[in-house]
Amino acid sequence: MTVSLDHYLLVSGLLFAIGLAGVLLRRNIIIIFMCLELMLNAANLSLVAFSRYNLTDTGLPNYNAQVFVFFIITVAAAEVAVGLAVIVALYRARRTTHVEDLNRMKF
Amino acid sequence: MSLQTVPWIILFAPLVAATLILFFGKYSKPLSAGLAIATAALGCVLSWLIFLHPPAQEGLHFDWVNFALWQQAGIPAFHIPIGIVVDPLSRVMLLVVTTIATLVFTYSIGYMRTEEGYSRYFAGLTLFLFSMLGIVLADNFIMMFIFWELVGVSSYILIGHYYSKNSAADAGKQAFLVNRIGDFGFMIGILLLWVATGSIVFSEIVGKLTLPGGLASHLPFLTIACILVFCGTIGKSAQLPLHVWLPNSMEGPTPVSSLLHAATMVAAGVYMLARIFPILILAPGAREVIAWVGAITLFVAALMATQQNDIKRILAYSTISQLGYMVLGIGVAPTADVAMFHLFTHASFKCLLFLCAGSIIVAMHHEQDIWKMGALKNKMPLTFLCCFAGAVALSAVPGTSGYFSKDLIIEFSWANTTFHHGLFWLALATAALTAFYTARLFLVVFFGPPRDDHAKHCEESPKVMILPMAILACSAIACGWPVIQKHFFDLPEVVVAPPMFHIMTLVALALGLVGACLLYWNAEKDPISIPLFANRFYIDNFYTEIVKFAQDRVGVVFSWIDRWVIDLGVRISAKLAVGTGFTLRLLQVGNIQAYAFYFGAGVIILIYLLLR
Repeated sequence: MTVSLDHYLLVSGLLFAIGLAGVLLRRNIIIIFMCLELMLNAANLSLVAFSRYNLTDTGLPNYNAQVFVFFIITVAAAEVAVGLAVIVALYRARRTTHVEDLNRMKF
Repeated sequence: MSLQTVPWIILFAPLVAATLILFFGKYSKPLSAGLAIATAALGCVLSWLIFLHPPAQEGLHFDWVNFALWQQAGIPAFHIPIGIVVDPLSRVMLLVVTTIATLVFTYSIGYMRTEEGYSRYFAGLTLFLFSMLGIVLADNFIMMFIFWELVGVSSYILIGHYYSKNSAADAGKQAFLVNRIGDFGFMIGILLLWVATGSIVFSEIVGKLTLPGGLASHLPFLTIACILVFCGTIGKSAQLPLHVWLPNSMEGPTPVSSLLHAATMVAAGVYMLARIFPILILAPGAREVIAWVGAITLFVAALMATQQNDIKRILAYSTISQLGYMVLGIGVAPTADVAMFHLFTHASFKCLLFLCAGSIIVAMHHEQDIWKMGALKNKMPLTFLCCFAGAVALSAVPGTSGYFSKDLIIEFSWANTTFHHGLFWLALATAALTAFYTARLFLVVFFGPPRDDHAKHCEESPKVMILPMAILACSAIACGWPVIQKHFFDLPEVVVAPPMFHIMTLVALALGLVGACLLYWNAEKDPISIPLFANRFYIDNFYTEIVKFAQDRVGVVFSWIDRWVIDLGVRISAKLAVGTGFTLRLLQVGNIQAYAFYFGAGVIILIYLLLR
């Protein structure tokens, strides 16, 4: 069985859906954070798949997508640094990492 | 300086003085009083000059100020001339106003010596003098109306002099508002005459009315216009039914009552009628109304005066009654001089009586109830003498000024035969009542036992107050004598005289005097009590109720309109905004995952909308 673009996109979609479900449903803010990363990587996977399957006229992969992936990884790393710092500060202040306890922002 | 500029100086000197007093008066009391008296005295001297050397032609016309801007736009020009008329009528009135003003200003130095608001008081007085002179000199309706209102303003300021006292502030307001009712009619009357003749100048209107096809041939219109103009007099000269403000205006300082609310300002209404007398002559119906209003006023006011206890209120009702005589005089006499003659003598003796009252009030430490006075004859002999002169003149004892002027009006009223000479009998009965209430006042205040501690220990007033009173006392006795008054007035002969007229007036006078002596000689308290008269025929209460009733009803209607018509749109839009906000805020649950969900849903909806 040959692995086609569709399979990659299916896996990518599954990963995105799992990530989204995790963001919306999980209680622990660290898990939510990890799910966010999962969503980013789902996007990365589809980008790489597109790059591999859409060859240019010279027979080489389209490297634009792969450059894009590197940017995403870089930004995600920076975001993790900031996000984890926020979570640590939040934990110090509130002694909790559960989002249902962080519900002060309402009318 | 030519003689022509003199009236302008008389007119504007008080305005300049009023401004100066307003700005610099607070630094020095003598400065305020000095400036005020100086302008009044200057006006007095110049008025005598003009009187003794009348300008060559009658009705001097000085420079005009024209507001004829519309003419360029093709609309007929509307002139509001500012002009001065110096005829025998205004010359005599100038004399009265400036002379009395000088005396009262001088008197005020003594009266106000311990009062607060000294310079404000003198600024108000000079402003009043300016406004009053404006009325006297005005040669057209609009200018007279402007000064008419200015007089109202200065009256308001002076009545409310003790503005921290509620009753004084209310009295000022009432005077202003009641006058506004009369002035509304006055204004409509002026506009009617202007529409009909195209002119607002007194002398021109008469000429245009009598042109062939002029208004004189449309009697009903002219009559209505004249009656509307007379409304101004009803307000300003406190005729029934707008008399209620005058007794209440006694809240002001007594010299103000003397100058404004007895001698000059309230006489402005009569002066205005005298000024438009050539027009009134053309409308006999209007004069009939004027005569009856005057007659009813003089009788009813005299009845009210018989039962008042406040010394100034007695005099106030007496003033209304005497003003009624003048208005009656305008209504029945063939020339305006008859009414003006009574105005002239009344200015002397009523001003004098008020000054005496002021002197007594100061000595009594501002006690105004006559039943707390008594036996002041020995304590205040000079005031007593002056007051005697005023009282005999007011009661029209033969030989005094009031006798000549008032009896002339009563005599002329015989010519009107409606209701069996009704005007005449009312006027004659009032002569008896006048003698009665004057004698009552005089006997209770100066004779009998002292009824209060103040009355036992009061002292005569200072010279600066006595001097003006003494001068006025001489005038009150003598200014009506034929030898003297013939220089001021040209009185007509009485054609239809009532039979035994002089005997009838003497009987009326004697009835009043004897009745008062019997009742009030040595009386401890008022031996008779007529609540109807004491409560002023309940007219004041009636007005209060009407105002309350009408105000409540009108207020309810307007509040309903405000709430349900005007507010409706406002409130609907407000409710809409509130409702939207309330619904939307339900989305703000505070759960970060819910927000993320909204965000995701929003993105999906957007994508759907874009890619559809």
